Parts: sequence; C-alpha cells; structure tokens
Amino acid sequence: MLLTYLKVFLTGGIICLIGQILINKTKMTSARILVTFMVAGVLLEGIGVYQYIVDFGKAGATIPIVGFGRTLARGVIKEVSTKGVLGILTGGLTATTAGIAASVIFSFFVALIFRSKTKHS
Amino acid sequence: MDREERNKKYNLYVSSKSPKSREWPNLLYAFLIGGLICCFGQAITDTLQIWFPAMSETELGAWTLTVIIFITCILTGIGVFDDIAKFAGAGTIVPITGFANSICSSAMEFRREGIIFGMCVKMFVVAGPVIVCGIVSSILVGVIYLIL
Repeated sequence: MLLTYLKVFLTGGIICLIGQILINKTKMTSARILVTFMVAGVLLEGIGVYQYIVDFGKAGATIPIVGFGRTLARGVIKEVSTKGVLGILTGGLTATTAGIAASVIFSFFVALIFRSKTKHS
Repeated sequence: MDREERNKKYNLYVSSKSPKSREWPNLLYAFLIGGLICCFGQAITDTLQIWFPAMSETELGAWTLTVIIFITCILTGIGVFDDIAKFAGAGTIVPITGFANSICSSAMEFRREGIIFGMCVKMFVVAGPVIVCGIVSSILVGVIYLIL
C-alpha cells in the first residue's frame, strides 16, 4: 500500500520535474509544455513503452497530461483492431471524451458563476 | 550607435529585468506538488474501487480524471489555483490540472466579452492546440498500426 503510493509519487514527481526542467531551460510556455507532453504520451503509447510506466506508477503516470495522450492513442489502437479503418477517427476522442467534456462543462459553469480576478491595467 | 551593439545591450537589459527563476527550489516544488497531485489521484481511484468494485480500470481512470478536473475548476473559480500554480510551476501544469485550468481560466477571462463569442470561442485558446496535436499524432499512430 505505502510502496504503491511511493511509486505513484516518484513517477508523477519525475514527470513534473521533466516539465519544470524544460520550462527553466527553454522558457517554454505552459501551452507548449502541454502540447509536447500530450504528443509524447501518444508516441510513447504508440511504440508500446508507456504501458510499463503505467504498470509501475499507476496514477503517477495516468494523471499527468502524458497519460491523457496515452489514453488517446490507446483508444485509437483498440478501435482499429475492433472496427478497422474507421477506428482511426473514432477511437481517440471516444476514449478521452470524459476528460474533455468534464473540463468544458465545469469550466462553463464556473465561468458563469465566478468573476475573473485578473487585473486589467 | 552600431545596431549589433545596441541589440546586445537591449538583450542584456531584458535578461536583467526578466524575473529570475531560481532553479533548485522550483524543481523541488514541481516534483513535490506533482507527486502529491498524482498520489491524490491514486487515492481517489482506490476509494472508488472500494465503493464500486464492479468498475473497470478504464472507468475508474475516467472518474478519477473527472473528479480532479472538477476540483481544479472550482479552485480556479475561487482564485486559489493561481496561488498554487505560481508556487508549483510544472507541478500543476503537467498533471491534468493544467489542462483543466487552461480551459477554465480562459473561459473566465473572456467571459466579459460575451457568452458565445467570448467564453465559448476562447475557452480552447490554450487547450485547443493540445487537443489538435494529440488527435493528429494519435491518427498517425492509428495509421501506422493499421499498416503494420
């Protein structure tokens, strides 16, 4: 139990550490970091490596945006093997729609209820 | 004054004025906060598994993400998230919290330009490229997988 959480902590921490190193060294904006990590997740799952990281780190590997990319690629691969060509188009979003739709709907209501505190000078 | 010399001086000036991010504390905070967020996610997964033993692993994953996204949006709404993000850097950007926060904060920021043409249009100003690049690369993976 404790060991699992230690692994989760290490995996998640190291992935975020890589992100912070990228920010410090290359002055990447957060949008670029998100895009890079998303694509990295898709590619890592594509070549079949990411499953090992997930087996080791569990939520530590699925909570970072890399895991989101992984879900996308996994959806595509799964639907390609069951549905064929159409799976290339339908698989990815089907697998990730929970995350995207949840972000949209919660953001929608939050933005309706709360006011932005951004200072506009 | 020579143009090159002027550029050099200007660059020096910019780098002396731009906020210095001290490396080591930054890295440490990113590591700690990122790890903690992931542990929190694991705790949600484990709790859900106890409550709903019939759930598959994919469903558990989706629920965990949904809960974290919900909490992130609320924290962004009340303005707490920015304080954490300032301090944690990549620790909050890299986990799914960064994705949810990018959508939520853009939605809130452009709310004053109207609901349809402000909020709904600009919501994906940061997250749009993430989704587009993700889909394009995943289709690439799918095509390669289909051929092989």
